[in-house]
Amino acid sequence: MKLTGAQILMKVFQEEGVDTLFGYPGGAVVDIYDELARTDIRHILVRHEQGGVHAADGYARASGKVGVCLVTSGPGATNTVTGIASAYMDSIPIVVITGQVPTHLIGNDAFQEVDIVGITRPCTKHNYLVKNIDDLARILREAFFLARSGRPGPVLVDIPKDIARATAGYKFPKAVKMPSYNPTYNPNMHQLQKVVKLVQDARRPMIFAGGGVILSKSAPELTEFARKTRIPVTTSLMGLGAFPGSDPLWLGMLGMHGTYRANMSTSACDLLIAIGVRFDDRVTGKTDAFAAQSKIVHIDIDPTSIRKNIPVTIPVVGDCKITLGHLNRLIDALDLGELDDRRREWLDTIAAWKSTQPLAYQQGETIKPQFVIEKLYELTRDRETIITTEVGQNQMWAAQYYHFEKPGHFITSGGLGVMGFGLPAAIGAQTACPDSLVVDVAGDGSIQMNIQEMATAVQYGLPVKVVILNNRYLGMVRQWQELFYECRYACTSMEHAPDFVKLAEAYGAVGLRAEKPEEVEAVLREGLFSPRTVIMDFRVQQTECVYPMVPAGAPITEMLLV
Amino acid sequence: MTEENHVLSLLVDNEPGVLSRIVGLFSGRGFNIESLCVAETTEPGISRITIVTKANTPVVEQIKKQLNKLINILKVYELTGQDFVQREMALIKVTAKPEHRAEILRIVDIFRCKVVDVGQEHYTIEVTGDQGKLAAIISLLKPLGIKEIAKTGIIALFREPK
Repeated sequence: MKLTGAQILMKVFQEEGVDTLFGYPGGAVVDIYDELARTDIRHILVRHEQGGVHAADGYARASGKVGVCLVTSGPGATNTVTGIASAYMDSIPIVVITGQVPTHLIGNDAFQEVDIVGITRPCTKHNYLVKNIDDLARILREAFFLARSGRPGPVLVDIPKDIARATAGYKFPKAVKMPSYNPTYNPNMHQLQKVVKLVQDARRPMIFAGGGVILSKSAPELTEFARKTRIPVTTSLMGLGAFPGSDPLWLGMLGMHGTYRANMSTSACDLLIAIGVRFDDRVTGKTDAFAAQSKIVHIDIDPTSIRKNIPVTIPVVGDCKITLGHLNRLIDALDLGELDDRRREWLDTIAAWKSTQPLAYQQGETIKPQFVIEKLYELTRDRETIITTEVGQNQMWAAQYYHFEKPGHFITSGGLGVMGFGLPAAIGAQTACPDSLVVDVAGDGSIQMNIQEMATAVQYGLPVKVVILNNRYLGMVRQWQELFYECRYACTSMEHAPDFVKLAEAYGAVGLRAEKPEEVEAVLREGLFSPRTVIMDFRVQQTECVYPMVPAGAPITEMLLV
Repeated sequence: MTEENHVLSLLVDNEPGVLSRIVGLFSGRGFNIESLCVAETTEPGISRITIVTKANTPVVEQIKKQLNKLINILKVYELTGQDFVQREMALIKVTAKPEHRAEILRIVDIFRCKVVDVGQEHYTIEVTGDQGKLAAIISLLKPLGIKEIAKTGIIALFREPK
């Protein structure tokens, strides 16, 4: 039996277990939408295609499945670029389907034509333009396979309108044949023996885990490894939740706004075991000074991450889960001796760093943003809570003052740093986890970048909570101007923002506001326990800065402290 | 660390956009391309691309890994440091005044090249060889006046063990 391209697309969606799409219709995808309406796949109509991709991203992170976004050609396609680039930097498995003008018009500057495959080549794991209906099923199958396998990432498939209407015989291609694509899952055991030797000999070891641990679902193996070897753990922003924030071995986050003890430990350690990280400049600071006294083991599934920014002693290419599993078995077979004694001096040093320079802020007459996050944590720690963030100070305070116990509960645009990410990502996460409490920690600047998605949340009854740390500034840039540009506040004041309470109400959501510290808890309680979509506007201290802070390009031990 | 020329040989799917992926990778990541040659192999659907890039050792390692990561690239070989043959062809249009014609032909003879086009005022010379040979003939012809030059860039293959 012959099927149309649109029908083949639906068949593949069903075979791949896609039950939710985020999208926005348009001329080039009318045929696909016409077919979609005949299936039971849930479609969330976003208000902007960028929101659609971020929602698919949030959905993927919260569900562990591939997120899917469907948009039309031209502007629909170009609006996805920021979302795709963010998913690419953070290695999030999404498939973006874009409509395209009919094949005979490609290259003619047709209405709503854009070379989206050309545009997204550097920010997708791979992309395709389907020129022949007979290739469609195979390409879609490959797209899902590529998105979720190896180092995950976004894959875009551009489907011309005539291909969606053309017919072909359909058979789901079970096996994917891609001779040039062979991710290395199993590590070299010889290398792991060397790692174990280093673990045995190290006096001041530490673990630096990243998003790769979360993506490969190896948080349990990481926790086992760290506890078994009594090695303290720090993570990148993307790695928050990979290791329980309540564990005594937890050091806090590393890097530009990392904790004092995490940053100090990195330069004092003699063995750094880096797992599923890519040594972003926001983590390393000045690379020459990073872990300069230390041997470095780097475990990652992507060989390009290894020795890209930081020289390493032992590279291990492999899946984090499989690799950590092997390491745990190798460690089991060893006698590590009296670990408590051997680690005491090192762990005592770290404890001293923690007590002399804990994360801290001064309470005052006005609401401190850190206080809002602390209260948020207190009120939600016993509930299944997913925190998404926008980008800037709000993101860093959420990372510092909310404590994550489990992976998949902190969803942020780490690599690309996209303002406007948090609200649509929260919508995606809430769609994936209807029973979880999903909170977007936002700033007054970034929330305005995709505020239109409030309508999406309300339309679908998604009770996401938006916590705006409203300082009437683009706070992170303002902070840089204060600290490094002699207080010349060029274009960072945002005095003319909308009234977020009225705006929430206009969207059909609940709007709440707190202006004094004593109002914070009541507003949070009311907002977080509401069954509806809520915006909570916290009018915070305008000039609060995120500390510690390492100036860009400085060694990470050179922290500006409170 | 010193930057040296490295010869890379890639086998790639012969599909639209593959060259663009490779060139985009080099420009996007700030790697440089000294020369680049593409043509089909005898196997249908597979092309060979020979790239010469100037880089230090860690950067070349990163270039090879990044190339390997591209989905349409089947194999990445580095020939530099191994036993390989390389050739480049140039077409050189040289000013040929009557008083220089004999000298040019002598050079052509010495370098075992061919004159492929002759005019009142010029010879066009086809020369094939390694980069050293090309550089040598170019430096000899330059004083006589090179009007135009086109080079293919390097192609190269491993030598088989004897």
